[in-house]
Amino acid sequence: MATVPKVDVGTDYKEKYGFFVPEEYVFKAKRGLNPEIVKEISWMKQEPEWMTKMRLRSLEIFRKKPMPTWGADLSVIDFENIFYYLKASDKQSKTWEELPPDIKATYDRLGVPEAERKFLAGVSAQYESEVVYHSLQKELTAKGVIFTDTDSALRDHPELFKEYFGTVIPPADNKFAALNTAVWSGGSFIYVPKGVRVDIPLQAYFRINAENMGQFERTLIICDEGSFVHYIEGCTAPIYTTDSLHSAVVEIIVKKDARCRYTTIQNWSTNVFNLVTKRAMAYADATMEWVDGNLGSQITMKYPSVYLMEPGAKGDVLSVAFAGKGQHQDAGGKMIHVAPNTTSTITSKSISKAGGRTSYRGHIKMYPDAKNSKSFVKCDALLLDDESRSDTYPYNDVDAENVTLGHEATVSKVSDEQLFYLMSRGITRSEAETMIVNGFIEPFTKELPLEYAVELNRLIQLEMEGSVG
Amino acid sequence: MADFEIKDLRASVEGKEILKGVTLAINKGEVHAVMGPNGSGKSTLSHTLMGHPGYTVDGGEVIFKGQNVLALEPDERARLGMFLALQYPVVVPGISMTNFLRTALNAKRGYDGKDKSKQVTPKEFRSLLKSELEVLHMDDSFLPRYINDGFSGGEKKRAEILQMAILKPEIAILDETDSGLDIDSIKFVADAVNRMRGPDLGVLIITHYTRILQFIKPDFVHVLVDGKFVLSGGPEIADRLEKTGYSEWAEADEPAVLKPEEVA
Ligand SMILES: Nc1ncnc2c1ncn2[C@@H]1O[C@H](COP(=O)(O)OP(=O)(O)O)[C@@H](O)[C@H]1O
Ligand SMILES: [Mg+2]
Repeated sequence: MATVPKVDVGTDYKEKYGFFVPEEYVFKAKRGLNPEIVKEISWMKQEPEWMTKMRLRSLEIFRKKPMPTWGADLSVIDFENIFYYLKASDKQSKTWEELPPDIKATYDRLGVPEAERKFLAGVSAQYESEVVYHSLQKELTAKGVIFTDTDSALRDHPELFKEYFGTVIPPADNKFAALNTAVWSGGSFIYVPKGVRVDIPLQAYFRINAENMGQFERTLIICDEGSFVHYIEGCTAPIYTTDSLHSAVVEIIVKKDARCRYTTIQNWSTNVFNLVTKRAMAYADATMEWVDGNLGSQITMKYPSVYLMEPGAKGDVLSVAFAGKGQHQDAGGKMIHVAPNTTSTITSKSISKAGGRTSYRGHIKMYPDAKNSKSFVKCDALLLDDESRSDTYPYNDVDAENVTLGHEATVSKVSDEQLFYLMSRGITRSEAETMIVNGFIEPFTKELPLEYAVELNRLIQLEMEGSVG
Repeated sequence: MADFEIKDLRASVEGKEILKGVTLAINKGEVHAVMGPNGSGKSTLSHTLMGHPGYTVDGGEVIFKGQNVLALEPDERARLGMFLALQYPVVVPGISMTNFLRTALNAKRGYDGKDKSKQVTPKEFRSLLKSELEVLHMDDSFLPRYINDGFSGGEKKRAEILQMAILKPEIAILDETDSGLDIDSIKFVADAVNRMRGPDLGVLIITHYTRILQFIKPDFVHVLVDGKFVLSGGPEIADRLEKTGYSEWAEADEPAVLKPEEVA
């Protein structure tokens, strides 16, 4: 067990041990980051000692690593002014009335149900989807699938957890991975046994609560040989949070012949810095697909990657970024070809509007062993006005022979000819523009489950009308 | 006062004067053909009438339903009852023809996302599509395809006429709908247009060649050379052009019939 740090347990020990529904909270949330806070987090969660140590080690790494300066401007983040761990009970302090009017308006216009919008806005901690979740759980358990939150997984499946946690993205990988490892909380844990195909997409939404939508969520997915799973996180409705930093880590292991698809639709409120590390290891003939949509936030830096570890492994990234006023979406993907006959594609679509900025940043690496491998990168940027901006930063690093590497990039504006054509059929300018933008991201949208696709199209419409944040 | 009046219309493209005073009165129920050699300003006329932003109006007016439509946006003109079948239909990726047709029809009917009674019902839309597709000898496999994306020349032109049939305009401008079509496609297109002919529709059919006029008989023919009408009259003018081409207007010495090798 971890050494218990001195904290004021006061009279609230009941909550700590889970005997009662808490009426008042025990853990006095403090801003800032130091070993004491990290120890407290681990102690609160009653974690095994190895995790406490790993967190502390990660904190050291976080402190030593310089801020990355190659991407978006992160200098304004004040790490000392952040709450690194809040219990759900602390988070419910907001009331509906305190919400910014634009967020409320968006919920209205998207037709988000009452219970759901309260959750999204952080007004209530639990979204009432328990019922759906429980019937699903029964089915999954029968197949040996584990689908739970990451904290519970550490408690309930300690061996499995320890075997994989931090193996795909070690704390030293980058500054924000180190930060996440030091203070992580919540996220999803999925294990799919050999040969099991999970037919319906697993959605974080089923078991959403304030904790797993937290700032430092940690997700770990293990697809055993020949299995399949599709995991979906996020939703199109904007998620309102006063936390300014969201720094998640997602680790995925896709074993021989398995396939994993990970779909993200994220629409953080525009005060958020969204700095996420997502990486998968794909083994022989395995397939990893990242489908990644980023709409909100002030700054997003996210480059889902796949390490193609064994022959026949395949990696895909399909991403969409929308940057409106004051937003910078710095996104892309990385494909690391380690073994022969591996293939990868990255398709990136970005839209910039009202001075928004999108960047494509990609890295294709082919190690000497990656003979006969193929990679194709396509990035298309759509600029909706003259103030907006888009850049591409493709890095290729090829040490293998007999490989194929393709790269295509386009930057375009909504064409006058297309607008005229649609308008000449009676369609208004704003509707025509929305149609063209939705058409532009259609290669992405058509990969989404229908309800998400419909929501995304509606959201683009709101963004285009300028009525969103 | 005719239903649709073009009065002394002058227009330029990128500072270059193209239309030098075009006057034309069209009544519903009539079919007018505008014929002219390449570069005479036919497409400039069609685009200016529909409000393409690349064409600058330098003078004149176009009166339809008591309004000068030159002051309106293209979508407003369309909702007022105008339609343009483009010479070069535009590709719009990612939007299916079905979605496009439905959105356009809803827009035409004044559905703005609120008053559901104005919205076309799925059933009505399906049956409407079905009958018009038949007339044009198109199968519904093209409906899920993106707007004009990968369409052959003939498919594009037929798709234009399909849009016209669905939107039911009162004034339709067909800009070289016949060019690039094989004879079967011309017949299908002509059938569809002829079916729509009637007291509620005025047609301005723009063409370089006389061929389509064998299938869609015009009531009036106007010859456009260098941005002006040089001759107007009845269908006999088409016959005259058939023989002499545009040679009467020396600077536009082009035949008005296709050479045998150009006939597909
Ligand atoms: N976008 C454009 N930019 C420059 N010149 C143009 C453009 N469109 C048309 N023109 C010029 O205007 C004249 C008339 O063109 P157009 O109206 O297309 O003729 P038509 O349709 O009769 O062949 C031609 O000289 C052509 O070169
Ligand atoms: Mg023309």
